[in-house]
Parts: sequence; structure tokens; C-alpha cells
Amino acid sequence: MSGTPEREGTLADGWELVVGLEVHVELSTATKLFCGCANRFGDEPNTNVCPVCLGLPGSLPVVNAAAVDFAMRLGRALGCEVRPAVFARKNYFYPDMPKDYQISQYDQPTNTDGCLELPDGDVVGIERAHIEEDTGKTTHVGGGGRIHDADHALVDYNRAGVPLVEIVSRPDIRGAEQARTYVRELRAILLAIGVSDARMEEGSMRVDANVSVRPVGSNELRTRCEIKNLSSLRSLGRAIAFEAHRHVDLWSGGERPRQETRHWDEAGGRTTPGRSKEDAEDYRYFQDPDLVPLAPSADQVAAIDAALPVLPAARRAALLAAGAGAVSASDAALLVERDQDALVRTAVAMGADPGLTATRVSNDLAVDDWSRVTPDGLAALIGLEASGQITATQAKQVLAEMVEAGDDPASIAERRGFQAMAGDDLAATVDRVIAGNPDEWQRFCSGDDTDRKKLSGFFIGQVMRSTRGRADGAAVNRLLQEKAGG
Amino acid sequence: MTALGVAAAVNAGERTARSVAEDYLDRISKGDGEIGAFNLVLAEEALADADRIDAAVGRGEPVGPLAGVPVALKDNLCTRGIPTTCSSRMLEGWRPPYSATVVQRLRAAGAVIVGKTNLDEFAMGSSTENSAFGPTRNPHDTSRVPGGSSGGSAAAVAAGFAALALGSDTGGSIRQPAALCGVVGMKPTYGRVSRYGLVALASSLDQIGPFGTNVADAAACYEAIAGHDPLDSTSIDQPVEPVGKALTDGVEGLRVGVVAELCGGRPQEAHLAGTDGSAASGVEGVAGDVLSRVQDAAEALEQAGAEVRTVSVPSAVLGLSAYYLIAPAEASSNLARYDGVRYGLRVDAANAAEMNVNTRTAGFGAEVKRRIMLGTYALSAGYYDAFYGKALRARTLMLQEFATVYEDVDVLLCPTAPTTAFELGAKTADPLLMYLNDVCTIPSNLTGHPAISVPFGRGDDGLPVGVQVMGPALSERLIFRVAAALERTAPGDGSTP
Repeated sequence: MSGTPEREGTLADGWELVVGLEVHVELSTATKLFCGCANRFGDEPNTNVCPVCLGLPGSLPVVNAAAVDFAMRLGRALGCEVRPAVFARKNYFYPDMPKDYQISQYDQPTNTDGCLELPDGDVVGIERAHIEEDTGKTTHVGGGGRIHDADHALVDYNRAGVPLVEIVSRPDIRGAEQARTYVRELRAILLAIGVSDARMEEGSMRVDANVSVRPVGSNELRTRCEIKNLSSLRSLGRAIAFEAHRHVDLWSGGERPRQETRHWDEAGGRTTPGRSKEDAEDYRYFQDPDLVPLAPSADQVAAIDAALPVLPAARRAALLAAGAGAVSASDAALLVERDQDALVRTAVAMGADPGLTATRVSNDLAVDDWSRVTPDGLAALIGLEASGQITATQAKQVLAEMVEAGDDPASIAERRGFQAMAGDDLAATVDRVIAGNPDEWQRFCSGDDTDRKKLSGFFIGQVMRSTRGRADGAAVNRLLQEKAGG
Repeated sequence: MTALGVAAAVNAGERTARSVAEDYLDRISKGDGEIGAFNLVLAEEALADADRIDAAVGRGEPVGPLAGVPVALKDNLCTRGIPTTCSSRMLEGWRPPYSATVVQRLRAAGAVIVGKTNLDEFAMGSSTENSAFGPTRNPHDTSRVPGGSSGGSAAAVAAGFAALALGSDTGGSIRQPAALCGVVGMKPTYGRVSRYGLVALASSLDQIGPFGTNVADAAACYEAIAGHDPLDSTSIDQPVEPVGKALTDGVEGLRVGVVAELCGGRPQEAHLAGTDGSAASGVEGVAGDVLSRVQDAAEALEQAGAEVRTVSVPSAVLGLSAYYLIAPAEASSNLARYDGVRYGLRVDAANAAEMNVNTRTAGFGAEVKRRIMLGTYALSAGYYDAFYGKALRARTLMLQEFATVYEDVDVLLCPTAPTTAFELGAKTADPLLMYLNDVCTIPSNLTGHPAISVPFGRGDDGLPVGVQVMGPALSERLIFRVAAALERTAPGDGSTP
């Protein structure tokens, strides 16, 4: 089966996926890591350069204190220990690297031993989050335009020296979807603390995945492959799934994977082999003598902690607590991601039904600008809906108008003539619909739970149609169940 | 005329900077064909600068402590728009878009830059024979080397082509050529002078310093270039103590230690006389006539009121080995950027990797290649601990031992170079023999401490001998003061050839 292009799905029985992620994040400081050049994406090539970031002979790096502050902020947000750190040189030749070494951190990184809690409560360990400089960007042009058949290469050094933090997770991730969740959560934290715009498509957030598999129940770490060139969450998930199956196939066939770097081929839906461990470069790390060690003081770290905003995990927890079991974890995650958790919590505090509020906002307030929706407006709306004065369908329409005009929900409902059909009117309408659909009613009454569920949807739809949305779906369902004797 | 004499005359309006520049340029054009001190003479620029200074003097504006003083720059110091070659084919045609901090400071002090001087390629060597543009010759005897790697700067000052010069000192590259050319050369405390714009050899060891015909001139040049620079992270952020006024303070009551291990002698031997230079506990190969001059210098200081004793720094003998791991390791990384992509030489090939190999094969000389290979090896996985790591430990040990010694003495005294200037070609076939030239100067680079070489008499061959005064970190004022005392008592006819 090896060599089959993309395959999704779960692993074969008895195998467990083991994934660690290395995420490179460009910090959104005004200037580069070791010089005063602008740190800006999208400018004319080679306009944000100087002797330092071009690595001209005689130039020297001076560390940007803001970049170190951003990195420490990220470290603390990930629960890392912020330590005294030294910069090291990672030596290798590449045309887009001006000095032919990259200034990074090696055995003494700024941040170590943190963790990241996923929305479902799983915790992924963070081994380290270290500071390093970005390289330039090479474009191969002419000929076939690919590395091996291009006529020549153009290098843009605007990106050279842009500050990066590389966040290295422990191999705690157990699935392709969990890997995606981890990256989404990391991105949420980066945005919350304001240290990066974390855009995968622009390359300000880049993900490499270390993938291996092992028999379920085992604690061993088998040979891993590092997958590079993952430019979207979709690629990340597909690549991990492909690679996992490749490993399972190899082990199951009595072979073993080679430790190597592999590239994700988006079009082919497969990973292709790159450099193996045997011909891996020896980076000859050593402490960079041009830079002095970083020695963050306890006061500095305390100030960073004090300035940290409430992080997504804590916000989700607060929302779930406010919901007292009525708010789902997925709604909570979504609301925090959309920055609507405070709106919901405040409305709930004003007495709005938690489950209904969370559902209404997560389903029906997916708009960029919801600034006109106030917590008390929302609470009033949910009050109208919960008390049956307006239907769910009407509530959605009122909410849409609140987004546009910001009026209070009662006046909108009144202006539109909204009011839920109640009592006898509703019962009569339900009877009429049942009479008009005898076969379906027969099946509703005699069928199993699945049928009943399906058909209740059918009947509610019919009632809604004939009342033009003025019926309350929940009330209709109650009537149906009563009439069927269930 | 001394540099300070020139500056005083120009400041007073007694001489024009132009006439001074013309004198020096004239000597260069007549004499440098034989010496080869310069890679590039900046006649037009120097005269234009001199005219600007004269105009400022005419307007009564302040023109700086080095007004009109002709200065030569080692050609590994970046000069904006002016070729900076490091005496390597690799940088042919490269014109830096910026000037080194020291160059800006010299200009601000009123100095007139007359040219860029020859060096061993990328400052790797002790004789200035490893230059892609040919060797520099010693003005005292043109069959001899001027020392290196700042041989061009030392020779320029010795020959009267410049009143002052800057060099860089990574393992002795200012002090050793100063000794061989009979001039004063000084390496400041690491971090005291900005390295910004000095093309790096070994970043943790490199330091820029002055050459002068006398101690006061060198001190004035040091004062002009020293001080904190925000562009160099390793720059020391402390005020610079003025040294000029301390030069006449004498050495009464100072405690001077003669380092036994750097004088070819055993530490337990009470005095220098009679050491055979082959003692296992000391460095080998320090010539008898050089040792005699060091002893003379010690006695001169004693007579001037200093308390002189022999001291032991056992780890000093580890210096050479540690240096030849640390310096090449850093150099192998520092010189990686010469890859043909952005500037300097490019030898084309089918792809970037081959172009890189072709360029470096053609662009670097044998000694540079040797050190890149040494350094790459020393840093390699599986060898780091045995080589680079061990060298760092030796360096730490040396720092501790020097710190201990400086509890008992104020300054240390030893030879600068093991011999007087040697014949061209005498040591080119044997790199190790060449490396031994730096055995007495390397410890100060590894500790980061300041040291100065001052001419003190002549060797049996009639060529200049330099003695070295070393001090603890930031003791520049002290070592200049001791050097000035030695200068006042130095035998013979002064330093000029």
C-alpha cells in the first residue's frame, strides 16, 4: 500500500500516532532582531536592508530588546520558565542566509518547559521556545522555475534578520486533527498576546511536523520523519495522516522508516523524501561571540506576567463555568476565538439562558462587526426567545437587525410584527399539517427513535412553512410528541 | 615630528594640515615602493581632508586633538566607498557602504587618513607574507619581515609614512609587528574599542589598537578611538580614563611581575639570567638577546622605583594551543559569508553550491584555508568537547590564574616577540614555527586584558626589540604609564630606522 497518494482516516488497529510540532513564528516587532531595519512584509525586495542584516564584513548584531520581550511574553503565555540565555551560531551555507550562519539559541534557550492546553482539555508539553533570526527568501526564476532547473535565483533579504520564535512541542500530539487544534490554539495565544500576526499563508507562521507511530500501549519513540513545507492547516492534517499510514505500512511490512526530512507535496497529496539523517548537516553550534548573554531579571519576568492578558484557555474555562454545563466545549472554543466570550458571559450574568445564548451567538453572530450588539440587548433577545414570545427563526432575524441597526430587540420584534404563535393557534396548525401528511404521521408514530427524529424535523419544517416562521420549533416538537403519545 | 607635535602645530596655526599631508605623501611615494606598507594610498582624499581642517583652523573652529595627523588604517577596517580588501582576492572590488566606528572617531578627532595598509590575509599570520598583494618589508632591514598581521601599519609608522596607524590584534597582531618594527603598539582591553567595521577574524579576541613612534602618540590615538559604541554589543559601557596626563607619573612603588613562563624560564628561578629557553614549564624559543632586553627593562623599572619580582602563570603556556583552536573556530564561522553571492569575488558554476566552492577555492590563500579547516574540525560534532570545549576551559583557567597574579602585582612584563625581525621566507614553510611568534602576546587576547609593546634596545643583529607590559582589564592608564617610563630609560638611538 506504500506509495498510495493521500489517504485520510484513522490508523490501522493497534497503532498510535506520535507527533511533535516545530512552529516558527515571526514576531511583529517594528524592527528586525539585530538591526534597525523595518520588519515589514510585502515591501519592494531588498529595501529593508543594512550592513548588519546583509551580513556585510565588519558589521555586528545588536539585539532588539522588544523582540526579546515579545519572546519572553510568548514563553510566559505558554507557561515556560524564562531563563538566562545565550545566542549561538548555527553554521551552514545557503545563499539566502547573509552570514552563512543563523543566529539562534541552542543549549541555553530563553524559554523552556511549558505546555499548551487544548480546548478539549488535553495538554501538549512545550520543550522550548527559542529566539532566532529569519533568513532571506529565494525565488528561482527562468528555466523550469524550480530549484533544480532554474536559470538563476533571486534573493530578497528584507526577511533576513526578522525575529522568529521557534516553539518546539514535545511528542504529545496523538492525531492529525489534534495537531491542527494545537496550531489553532497556539495562533489564538499569539494573537491574544499581540506578538505575531501568525499568518500561515504569508509565512509568518510556519509548521514542521515530526511524525512517528508506535503500537498502542507502548511508550517508545520510534524513528520519526520531519515533514516540511506545510503551508496551511489543511496541509498539516493531510501530511500527518499520509505520513502516519506510510509508517504503519512500513512497520507492518517488516520494514522501518528512515530518519529523514520529507517534503509535503500538496498537489500529489504525499510526502517525498528529503535529506536523511546520514547526510544531515553538522551545524557546528557555538556561542556567538558578537553577542552578550541575555539575563532577564525576576522583575522583568514579573512585569511580563502582570501585563499578560487572560489567555484563551482561561477564557474558555470562565465561559464554561458561567454556562454551568449548558455551554458546549466547541461553542466555548468558537466564542473565544471570535472574541465573543465576554459578550456571552455578560449577557448570562444579566440572566440570559446560558445554553441558548451560546448557541444563538455562535450560530448566528458570525460577522466581522458585531459592535452594535450589547450584552443587555443580547440578554433581552434571549429573554424573548426563551420565554416563547418570539421563535428561534424570528430571534435570528432580530439579531441580524441588531447587528445592522443596534436597536433593542423588543422594538425590532414589535416593528416587524414578530410574536410566536402560541397555544391553540399553534395546536390547530400542527393538526392541519398532520392531517395533510398521513403517511409520514403513521411512520412518526410507529417508527424507532431515528425515524422519529427525522420526521419531527419534517413536521417542524412544514409547520414553519405554513406559519412563515412564527412557530417555535421546540413547542411544535413538544406537541408532536404529545399527539403521538410518546 | 610626533603626532602630538603635528596636532599642536596645526591647532596653533603654525603648520597647515596640507603641508603635513604633503610631507607624508611625499615620503610614501618615494619610499613605499621598497617597503610595500600600503595597499592603497589615499592622496587626494588626504589632501582634501587636510584642506578642510586648515579651513576650519582659519575660521577659528576646534579641529580636534589629532588635527592634521596623518594616520594609516589596516586594510581590514571598513572605509565608506573606499576599497577594503583584507589583503585577500576574496574582497577584490568591494567598497563598504559604511565606515568603521574607529574611522569615524579618528576623523572626528581631526586625523587625516593617508591610506590602507597591507596585512596577512584576513589578519591570519605573523609576517605579512600571507598577503594576496605581496609582502611588506621591514623598514629597518628590507630583507626582514615587519611582523604581522598588522605589518603594513607597523612599517608605515616606522618608515615615517604615517604619524599614527591603526591595527587589529587577535593574537598579537599589533604588538608583535610593533616590536619587530621598533614602534609602540598597544592592544586595549577587549570591548574598550568598538569592533564595528573591523572585518572579523576571531570575534572574541579581536581588538583594534594604535601604533605610534612613541608612547604619548599611541596614547593620544587610543584616547581618540576608545569608548562605548552602541553598535558593538561587546563594547564596554564605562567612561574612558584619560591616559595622557599619567604618562609622566613614573613607576615609584608599582609592583611589576616578570612572567617566568613567558621568558623561557622555570617559575621557581629567581631571576631571568641564565635561563636556557628550553625549560619544559615555560614557552620555548625566546631568544637570549630578547630575554636580556626584558631583563634590562625590569632593572630599569626597578631603578625607577618599582618593585620587581618573578611571578608564575603556569597556564600561560597553554595559550598557543587554546588560541589555535578558538581563533580558527570563530574564523571558520566568520569567513563563511564569503560565498560569492553578495559581494567580492565570484567564480561561476552550474549551481550555487559549486559556485560557492569555486569562489572560496580561488579567493582564499593557503593559510586562510588551513585555519578554516582547523576551525571547522574543532567545532564538529563529536570533536567539540575534545578541542573547542577544552580550549575554552584552558581560557577560563588562564583568566583565573592571571586574576590571582594581579592580586600581587600591578603589571606584568615579558617579551613581545621571541625574536627580532626574521628574514622573509624563513618561516613560511612551517606554520607552527610561524605561530610561535605569538606565544607571548596570545595570553592577553585570551584574557581580554590590555597590553602594550614598547621598543627597548636592540638585539644582537642590531634590530629593534620590544618588551611587553600587560595589565588587568581596563588598566590602560597604568600600562601606558609603565611603557612611558620604559621609553624614558630605553637605551640607544630611538626607534626610527
